[in-house]
Amino acid sequence: MDTLSLTRHGAWHQTSLMKALLEVEDLVVRYPIPRGIVGTVKRAPAQAVHAVDGISFGLAAGEMVALVGESGCGKTSTAQAVMRLVDPEAGSIRFEGRDLTGLGVRALRPLRRRIQMVYQDPYESLDPRFRVRQAVEEPLAIHRLGGSRTEREERVREALERVELTPPELFLERYPHELSGGQRQRVAIAAALVLEPVLLVADEPVSMLDVSVRAGVLSLLDSLKRQGLAILMITHDLSTAARFADRIAVMYLGRIVEEGPAVDVVRSPQHPYTRALLSVVPRRDPRERHTGQVLRGETPDAVHIPSGCRFHPRCPLAFDTCRVEEPTLAPTPVGHDAACLLI
Amino acid sequence: MSAPLLQVDDLHVWFDLQGGGELHAVQGVGFTLERGERVGLVGESGCGKTTTALAIMGLLPPTASAAGRVLLEGVDVLAGGESTIRPHRWVDMAIVFQGAMNALNPVQTVGKQIVEALELHGLGHGSAARARTGELLESVGIPSARAGRFPHELSGGMRQRAAIAMALACNPKVLIADEPTTALDVMVQAQILELLDALCRELGLALVLVTHDLPVVAQLCDRSVVMYAGRVAEQGPVDALYHDPRHPYTRLLFAATPDLDDLEGRVVSIPGAPPRLDRPLAGCPFRPRCDRAFDRCTVEPPLVPVGHGRSAACHLTQVAVT
Repeated sequence: MDTLSLTRHGAWHQTSLMKALLEVEDLVVRYPIPRGIVGTVKRAPAQAVHAVDGISFGLAAGEMVALVGESGCGKTSTAQAVMRLVDPEAGSIRFEGRDLTGLGVRALRPLRRRIQMVYQDPYESLDPRFRVRQAVEEPLAIHRLGGSRTEREERVREALERVELTPPELFLERYPHELSGGQRQRVAIAAALVLEPVLLVADEPVSMLDVSVRAGVLSLLDSLKRQGLAILMITHDLSTAARFADRIAVMYLGRIVEEGPAVDVVRSPQHPYTRALLSVVPRRDPRERHTGQVLRGETPDAVHIPSGCRFHPRCPLAFDTCRVEEPTLAPTPVGHDAACLLI
Repeated sequence: MSAPLLQVDDLHVWFDLQGGGELHAVQGVGFTLERGERVGLVGESGCGKTTTALAIMGLLPPTASAAGRVLLEGVDVLAGGESTIRPHRWVDMAIVFQGAMNALNPVQTVGKQIVEALELHGLGHGSAARARTGELLESVGIPSARAGRFPHELSGGMRQRAAIAMALACNPKVLIADEPTTALDVMVQAQILELLDALCRELGLALVLVTHDLPVVAQLCDRSVVMYAGRVAEQGPVDALYHDPRHPYTRLLFAATPDLDDLEGRVVSIPGAPPRLDRPLAGCPFRPRCDRAFDRCTVEPPLVPVGHGRSAACHLTQVAVT
């Protein structure tokens, strides 16, 4: 499934005939900070939150890529930019070969149908007054799809069957409060699938769910992926990403610091940040108890990005050059890419 | 042998429901906590773990009623209601509530809030209270100079530390922490777990960790109490629970948790959902979701010892024993 590889120049190259569905290149998302009256009068320099600061990655049909990182690393902003919920400041987002960044609302509308999103919290993303039938049918109405009432009903049933809420009759007339967390998230996924998207952006799809049902929702996403759906998963849970994603991109302060096949990234992490993150993930086995590499402090704010390698203030291996020179994402000896001067 | 530090015995909690009826949230939970010991209360949402924690602290809402015994060093603190629990609350037992880091008073500095708690308990006033606040903040890894900060000026991890400092104000023997790391990032979670570990070691604190996260319990606790439908399904040393679970629920819960050390293993969810607790349960509450259920499971299995300080409520364990 490894159809793309990133060269030293930061451009995506197709290494097989399979066309990348989504190609994000040098994406930059910034949120300006209002200066306020005092700031304006004093002519204070305009500041911005550098949420996403030049990242590139690709996603093919039938592939699941996980963007992993701590809060504030820019993973959600990346997802929102792909959805065009925020406007990127620079870079391109090519979807099926078309750059989404320049498109107006009208031109975007038919494409939006093909990129759907599943949110973190199904307790909030579903309208409590809508029955399951209405919740799943609403996207069809918005996009004026599905034809007659019976046809729409049929599509709703199919979507419910695809998310394994079977038989659909059992769920159609229920309200969200009558469903468990896992069932609610399945309804949210059905409402995304009813438009027959080719790309699904899932922002922390299981973090609000009980452990006992998480695996079920993830397996569902896995089987949808196997049916050809491309999935961009945003998560802070490395165990989940390692188990279900094909590729993992680890983000830190708006940059991808390591990217590669999920198993490789987890088994032989190259970047000190990835290593530290992996080392502190609690293991199920009490005999595997270890403190790990607990980094001090928290991710610095994305307004004042550190010079050189942005990870250097927290890096246990940082040396002088790291304060000055910024590493680029480049292939490592083990194959996948990392952005570290030590490699 | 002296009495255990904390002993919960046949604890029941009922909530009055609007429009009549009762929800039997905790149905005869019992466990003990020795001095300096760390016990993890684990289970899915709605299994009664938080309610158990609140009942121990005597902090249930007015719509709830409790029965059973909560023995603190052999003295039943639940027996006389508020009058018997009040002298011990925060003094001997303290709790860090779920989401405590977001419940700090936003218009008061962190230091002021701790000073207030100290003054309320008569543990010093004015400069003495401020000095003690500095100590408390330092003990949880917050530089005492930050006492003058407002909650919004601190990161999530720092606010959680402040909430822990506040709970430690009166030097309790037992700290109950309800989902202390749930909303935090992996690295901050590691920092907080490291802190709890250090506090237990240095202050000899006994810890009740309430969480749905089995790996967190595996890393931090000595023993674990696995709850299901308001009851104890299994309890014992964490090592034994992972390597030799006796209750199918424990085994399935571990199997549903992805693990970095086991990328090939199947991650399987548990079908179905926990039973409703607003009606009486018949038989084993886990029977509808259990992969090993058999005809005897229509009779409720008692929680019985299964050796090595463990107990489980499953008919299969008795089959194996006899």
